[in-house]
Amino acid sequence: MKVVVDMNKCQDHGQCVFAAPDVFSLDDAGHLAYVSDPDDALREEVEEAADVCPLQAIRIEV
Amino acid sequence: MSARIVVAGASMAGLRAAEQLRAAGWTGAITLVGDEPHMPYNRPPLSKEVLAGRAPFESLAFRPRASVSDVEWRLGRKVVAAELDGRTVRLDDGTELTYDGLVVATGMRPRRLNCPGPRAGRHTVRTLDDARALREELIRPGARVVVIGAGFIGCEVAATAVGLGVAEVTVVDPLPLPMAGPLGELLGRALRRRHEERGVRFALGAAVAAFTGEERVTGVELRDGRVLPADVVVESVGSVANTEWLEGNGLDLSDGVLTDAWLRAGGRPDVVAVGDVARFPNARYDGVPRRVEHWCIPADTAKHAARTLVAGAAPAPFAPLPTFWSDQHDFRLQSFGAPVLGRQDVRVLDGDPEADVLVGYHHDGRLVGVVALGGQAVAASAARYRAELLKQPALTLS
Ligand SMILES: Cc1cc2nc3c(=O)[nH]c(=O)nc-3n(C[C@H](O)[C@H](O)[C@H](O)COP(=O)(O)OP(=O)(O)OC[C@H]3O[C@@H](n4cnc5c(N)ncnc54)[C@H](O)[C@@H]3O)c2cc1C
Ligand code: SF4
Repeated sequence: MKVVVDMNKCQDHGQCVFAAPDVFSLDDAGHLAYVSDPDDALREEVEEAADVCPLQAIRIEV
Repeated sequence: MSARIVVAGASMAGLRAAEQLRAAGWTGAITLVGDEPHMPYNRPPLSKEVLAGRAPFESLAFRPRASVSDVEWRLGRKVVAAELDGRTVRLDDGTELTYDGLVVATGMRPRRLNCPGPRAGRHTVRTLDDARALREELIRPGARVVVIGAGFIGCEVAATAVGLGVAEVTVVDPLPLPMAGPLGELLGRALRRRHEERGVRFALGAAVAAFTGEERVTGVELRDGRVLPADVVVESVGSVANTEWLEGNGLDLSDGVLTDAWLRAGGRPDVVAVGDVARFPNARYDGVPRRVEHWCIPADTAKHAARTLVAGAAPAPFAPLPTFWSDQHDFRLQSFGAPVLGRQDVRVLDGDPEADVLVGYHHDGRLVGVVALGGQAVAASAARYRAELLKQPALTLS
């Protein structure tokens, strides 16, 4: 599975981190870091993260 | 005829309901009926990026999950009546749709002030069309703006207007501080100071008596006799639930649609309510039914309600952790939990109200909500309290 976050949109809300902590995290400065090719087993978590992103910045590509 | 679920209201809560019905195993037909002409789009940017001219419509549209590619969208169509015993709804073109399950997702509309005076020049912000119309007037050179209502949307609009270069922006509210209703005095004062430093004026403790002008509004007359000159007025004085179409079915519609802890309306197994319009008890707190107009609620309610419709019941009573944010000027408010239940006992957890601050709201000595005000770092620090809020057992209020 491929995950893309539009960093122009992302405003570091961190909602994705709660939904999919294995894929998304905030660094010490509060900025988003993420795994761009997570295991397919995490699909449900990642879909949830995409849903809860207030900026709708997360895209899942197959 | 094959089985069908009708979703009334095709915005965020309607879309999430359709997606969650599929996730819960519903393979029958789904029909979404929505009176806006647009596919579901994200509302928070309307008072921020859209008004500021930084976000085109395409950037607001939700990307529906692949699982709902086969649902039927009836857009630009309004549901005008429902007959719940007969499991039918009627649309404004006379069509009747029968259903096996009904999802109520018709949301809210802005409340309007019922004061004398002209209507032209007065705006609300709920839909994309509202935001576009307001933007056109805000960018006219020299526009003077009066925002009525110092709640979240009013304060966001005021901030965006200042950011657009509007020289005169005044926010009127009968309460003595902005956003004091949900957040209490400490943050209300901090917010007022932050707004004033950035150029917003306030007329607080003031009620609107009338609008001046003939064809078009020229000012806002307050009860104390003052008149605030205005070329543009924004009314952000709360909202009214879109439930008229459900009348006559014995439901409690006194403030949205009253539901049980499974989001069923009127005890009916085949009717659920989701999103802003649902007035649900939250098992995490006192169990008193409330509507919650936060962005997180459509997704949370949709998941729970879909299981109720498809499987007969969700595994546990509904107990979401409310989450809210608001971007104003260069700062953010980030809230977790239910600060409103802990307004009597507000403590600074970190920082300083004069700068960035993290505030805790307590009930009976227990933390029930945290709110961060300031930059990204303090907003992120609020998130660290989220786990603690999630762990807490249910409240019972006296
Ligand atoms: C300007 C603005 C800014 C916001 N900012 C924030 C924010 O920063 N943070 C935050 O947490 N929340 C924010 N919110 C709140 C959040 O956007 C809402 O909680 C959310 O949009 C609710 O979604 P909903 O689908 O329940 O309701 P709505 O989005 O109101 O959807 C209801 C839909 O049903 C349609 N409808 C109504 N009656 C009928 C009928 N009879 N037949 C057919 N269709 C009908 C309506 O036209 C609408 O499309 C904001 C809201 C607004 C308006
Ligand atoms: S939820 Fe969205 S905006 Fe927030 S950090 Fe994640 S991707 Fe960025």
